[in-house]
Parts: sequence; structure tokens; C-alpha cells
Amino acid sequence: MLGIEAMFSHFDFEVIIRSLPYLFYQGMTFTLLLTALATLGGIVLGTLLALMRLSGFALLTVPAAAYVNLMRSVPFVLMIFWFYFLVPYIGQWVTFSSRPMQVGAFASCLVTFTLFEAAFFCEIMRAGIQSISRGQVAAAQALGMTYPTVMGYIVLPQAFRNMVPVLLTQTIVLFQDTSLVYVISVTDFLGAASKVAQRDGRLVEMYLFAAVVYFVISLAASRSVGLLQRRIAIIR
Amino acid sequence: MHYHWNWPIFWEISPDGVHTYLQTLLMGTGWTLLTAAFAFIIALTFGSLIGVMRTTPFSFAVRIGDIYVELFRNIPLLVQMFLWYFVLPELVPRNFGNWLKQLPNASFYTAVIALGLYMSARLAEQVRAGVLSLPRGQRQAGLALGLTLPQTYVYVLLPMAYRIIMPPLTSELLNTIKNSAVALTIGLMELTARARAMQEYSFQVFEAFTAATVIYIAINIMVTFAMRIAERRIAVPGYLGFKPQDAGH
Repeated sequence: MLGIEAMFSHFDFEVIIRSLPYLFYQGMTFTLLLTALATLGGIVLGTLLALMRLSGFALLTVPAAAYVNLMRSVPFVLMIFWFYFLVPYIGQWVTFSSRPMQVGAFASCLVTFTLFEAAFFCEIMRAGIQSISRGQVAAAQALGMTYPTVMGYIVLPQAFRNMVPVLLTQTIVLFQDTSLVYVISVTDFLGAASKVAQRDGRLVEMYLFAAVVYFVISLAASRSVGLLQRRIAIIR
Repeated sequence: MHYHWNWPIFWEISPDGVHTYLQTLLMGTGWTLLTAAFAFIIALTFGSLIGVMRTTPFSFAVRIGDIYVELFRNIPLLVQMFLWYFVLPELVPRNFGNWLKQLPNASFYTAVIALGLYMSARLAEQVRAGVLSLPRGQRQAGLALGLTLPQTYVYVLLPMAYRIIMPPLTSELLNTIKNSAVALTIGLMELTARARAMQEYSFQVFEAFTAATVIYIAINIMVTFAMRIAERRIAVPGYLGFKPQDAGH
């Protein structure tokens, strides 16, 4: 026990207390907002990609498959760098302006995460859509429903519901991945912790605290997903 | 677009004065592969150990395995890298800590250990799933024949379990290669870090990142191909063409 006491004797827990408002109001707000919005955007875009991949038209399936495979075969860190430099040009192209657009850190990260995670949500939604039996689609078509109606009222609601646990698990992965915005010096939760750590020379305390916070949130979230999964399973 | 493309940039000498930019990227590729290879060995070793522990009848071993997996899975890889690199040397006795900090290639060793243990939690899940997917009778038959529990694992359960989890194992290997890029935060000059450095010195952002992307895709294709061949080589005739998840359809 003596060893452990000696280990923590140089600890300055006060640095954590002092920086709590900064860590959570600035850092954690950024992290959670980015996680939430990128999940929403990723699911919408991912569902569209999944519909493209399952459409059966080569004009749609090939680009969608290429996009998904590209995103899945490069490191996220590299993609963050890519988009960090690319987003201003995309903005210029979209708005027809003459110069690359000035894009804030949050907007840039949001675009990056949405576009990247869409590839992973696409694969989840594709599995979800394929889990719906063909008979349902055939029945809907026999009733005279058009493709948007079949998808919107029959297939997607069920696919979505079946995949809720997987989608949420992917969201937890996304939450942990947001820490990677550190590489473009953005102040998310880890970025905030790291800035305090370097300013006050308190790397040990701040990084341990960050690890504990990520651990508690991720564990609580994955436990909740587990509970939810069991409840959904009972209803079925 | 006001971007000036300059593809021949790869043959220009980089600021280190010796190597061309292309050579620096290839050196980075070497570090990426080396880091991923050693990390995957660690991940496979610890992942198998923990995964097996979680399928044993000993509730104590199961608990330890569960805690291990939760611990390494619920902390972001980047934070784990920082813990090993910045925090660990401060928590051990001073002399040992100083020795750690002065190790040559410290960021490489740290990256291997951090990445290896992070991936081991995922592999433990796969190994566990593989063992649990086997029919209960295999374990019982092994034990009934008088094999000890370790023998049952080594000769009966694991040889089949590993074959079953070959496809997810392949994607975890690819994940290990991709995740090694996170080690650039602790100063490892792997492929992404080299591309970033090239971009900083030459201002040719998109050429640098395109090259890195192409190299990653090439690695991906080669690894997938090699693993598929390995999968076919080790397949048990007449048995594993059958996939358990196909049952019932």
C-alpha cells in the first residue's frame, strides 16, 4: 500500500477541479454535440448509401460501394487530415465562390465525421434492410405501393428498429473516435484536457482523468444498449 | 480551384536531405506494417488468452476476462496511447521511468503495446464468439475421452474456433493496420505521419494524402487476398464450407 500512496503523493487533484468548467462546458459539449450530429447525419447519409447499394442499378451500386470501401480501408486519422484541407474547397465548390471557404473547426469536424461514419452506418442499415423478409416487399408491391412508399412505410421502419442496438453501439465507437480530432488541434474533451495538461505540466492527472471519464460514459452507454437490446428482444 | 497540382513532387528531395518524398512515404509504410505486425501478435496472444478465459467454467476467470475487455474497449485508443506514453513513466519508480523515457524508438514500443492491448480486447471477443459457436458436444466429447480441459482447448476447440473466426480476424488485422496511424500522436513516423510531414514541407496537400490513401488501399487488398488464401488452405474439407450463421435459412 505504501507504494500506491507514494505513487499518488505528487498528484495535484486540484488541477482537475479547477479546470472542470473548461473541460466540460467547452470540451465535452463539443464532443457530445459532434457525436450526436454526426450520428444523425451519418445515419441519414448511410441509409441513402445503403439504398443505393441495394438498388440493383450499376450506376448507383458501384459508386456507393466504392465510397464505402474507400472509407473503410483508410485510417480515420488520415481522413480527418484529408477533410481538414478538403472541406474549404468543397465549400467553395458548393457556394460557387472564388476562394476556398473559411470553415470553422466544428463544421469541418462535423462534415468529416458525417461523411466517414456514413460508410459504417451504411453497412449496418444494409444488413438491417436485408433482414426484412422478401415477402413483405412483394406483398407491398402487390398492393400497388411505389418504391418510396414500400421503403418509407414498410422496410425502413422495421430495418431501423432491428438495427437500433447496432446503431447505438456504432455511436459509442463514434463517441470514442471524436477524440481523434486532437490531431487537428480542436478543443474537444481530450483536446481541452490536453491543453490544461500541457499548460500546467500535469499530464498524469489530466490524461488519467480523461481516461476515467471516457471509460465511465462508454461503459454506461454500452450497458444501456445491452438493456435496451434485451427489452426489444422480449417485445419481438 | 486555386490549387496547384505538382505530381512530380514525389521525386524531389525531402527536407532530410537524403531521401525523396516517395522514399519517406515508403519508410513510413515500413513502420506502419512493422507496428501493426507486432501489435497484432500481442493482440492475438492476449486476445486468445482472455477470450479462452471467458469461455472456461471458472467464474473468477470469466470475471477477470470481462473486466479486461471492458477496460480496454471503453477508453479511446488515443487516450490509451497517451496513458502508456506520458503517464506510465511517471507512475513507476523514478529510475525505471527515466529509462523508459530515454529508450530509443520509445514511440514505436509504446505504439506496439498500446495498439496490441487495445486490439486484444476486440480479438478476445472474437475468440470467445468462436469457441461459443462450437456445438456443446465437442467440449463434452473431449472431456469424456479423458482429455484435460487445456488439452480439450488446444486439440479440439481452438483449432475449429480459429477457423470459424478467420473472416472477422481478417478485418481485425486490417483495423490494426489502420489504427496504427493513431501512433502519429506520440511521434511515430508511420505512413500517415509521413504524409502529414510531406504536406507541411512541400505544401502539396492532396498529392501527399492521395499517395498515402493509395498505399493503404494497396495494403488492404494484399492483406485481404493473403488471408483469403490462408483461409482456403486451412479449411477442413467437408466441414467449414458450412458457416454457422447460414444455418436456418
